[in-house]
Amino acid sequence: MLRINHISKQFGPVVALDDIDVHVRSGEIVTLVGTSGCGKSTLLRIVAGLDTPTKGRVLIDEEPITAPHPAVGVIFQEPRLMPWLTVRQNVQFGIAGLSAAEQAQRTSAVLERVGLTAFAEALPRQLSGGMAQRVAIARALVAQPSLLLLDEPFSALDPFTKMKLQDHLLEIWSYDKPTLLLVTHDIEEALVLSDRVVVLRGHPGRIHQTLTVDLPRPRRRTDPDFQLWKQRVLDALDVTTDEPLLA
Amino acid sequence: MSESSSLYVSPAPATAPVAASTPAAEQVVLRTPGRWGWLRGAVLPALLLVVWEVLARVGVLPPNLLPAPSRVLATIWQMALTGELWEHLAITLWRVALGFLLGSALATVFGALTGYSRTLNQLLDPLLQGIRNIPSLAWVPLFILWMGIYETSKVVLIAVGVFFPVYLNLMNGIQGVDRKLVEVGRVYRLSGFQLVRRIFMPATLPAYFVGLRSGLGLGWMFVVAAEIMGANKGLGFLLVDGQMTGRPQTILASILLFAVLGQLTDALLSQLSRRLLRWQDTHRVSN
Repeated sequence: MLRINHISKQFGPVVALDDIDVHVRSGEIVTLVGTSGCGKSTLLRIVAGLDTPTKGRVLIDEEPITAPHPAVGVIFQEPRLMPWLTVRQNVQFGIAGLSAAEQAQRTSAVLERVGLTAFAEALPRQLSGGMAQRVAIARALVAQPSLLLLDEPFSALDPFTKMKLQDHLLEIWSYDKPTLLLVTHDIEEALVLSDRVVVLRGHPGRIHQTLTVDLPRPRRRTDPDFQLWKQRVLDALDVTTDEPLLA
Repeated sequence: MSESSSLYVSPAPATAPVAASTPAAEQVVLRTPGRWGWLRGAVLPALLLVVWEVLARVGVLPPNLLPAPSRVLATIWQMALTGELWEHLAITLWRVALGFLLGSALATVFGALTGYSRTLNQLLDPLLQGIRNIPSLAWVPLFILWMGIYETSKVVLIAVGVFFPVYLNLMNGIQGVDRKLVEVGRVYRLSGFQLVRRIFMPATLPAYFVGLRSGLGLGWMFVVAAEIMGANKGLGFLLVDGQMTGRPQTILASILLFAVLGQLTDALLSQLSRRLLRWQDTHRVSN
């Protein structure tokens, strides 16, 4: 479905991404995990068509990506709602080309799905962070993308809201099972959501390891197996250090 | 799903979700400046008028320099009865309106161009900034020479005054549009024109209104200048006329009318902006 073919990205002399090769099957949930500055967000932006690679190319259903693709939805770290539009209008933002009836029907359905029907006429300034991010999810879903890209979508939220929204995302995903490519630095998030975890290491950004997560669903964050998996990803990330924090 | 939403919001009746999501503290802030809030602003002016009237009546203030407010009002009343007042008001309003429309229309075009296009900005902005630094009243002799002493030169002078605040605010507003929102537009493959209409225009509106309001203020300032330079009608003419004929009550009447008109037209714009910018997340939604 999605093929990231030997992508490299250079910013001047700095190599941000080096020969990244990832293939994602239709309906699969894949997470890119890495420490800050490993280039994972850059990779996602390239897939979204918002940035161009220095080498290599991205194919979606065999179609090379040079600009944003209609079948691809993007959810950013921040909700990025238009503050002058109501929740309903924000959700409709990306489907202005459809007939009014179709827009209304799809918007109502998706608002129902994210549980914001009662807030359809509210303005973004009246929403909590978690609600605003759900509107952003609804805005992406309403266009019925076959590939959904998520760039640290819950990192700005408090831990409880974050957990709730992760489960919520899976629930929403189960309706039409789009392919999900998610970037995060939250190992727990990666393990709750994904079929595969791609571990990147920075400077330059390279794939260190790809782990197929065979934990049964629904996954419980407190299971002993889950904890074992956390350790496994942590080891792959190599974030443990023997150096003292205070020199 | 209802359990999941209850985590983010307190349970609220579905009929009033908007009000329910607003914290109580914010609602209090919204209520205070409401219907009677303006009364507080009227206290000091009213007090000042009373003191002025009393001092004038007991003879502390010389009537040939500072006549009592009642005399000023009587002067206005007199002019209203003869119909003279409406002529002065109409012509001044007409000049400001034309100058404001002309100046803000041009400023909108230039501000949009220099805000949106880097090349045009590099090309046009230094020149316009240079012109801005010329005190606008310095144009008066030239305009009179070019366009005569009648309406055209006056309207153009007002337009020059209105132009710069509108131009600057619009340009800065466009340049300050959140890159992240523009990116959302790109994700949804909006064309250049759609980007302008659906993201740049609404996002720039607050800055644009700031520009329009300060432009209107300068418009009123420049109409005085234009009418003092040479006119036989208008509120500015009344100023000169009052001075020539030694009638301070006429001068004060004119000043008072300028204040009222300026305030009224600004309130009009402010109302309009408040209506259009209701979405803004500001400390106080009003003003």
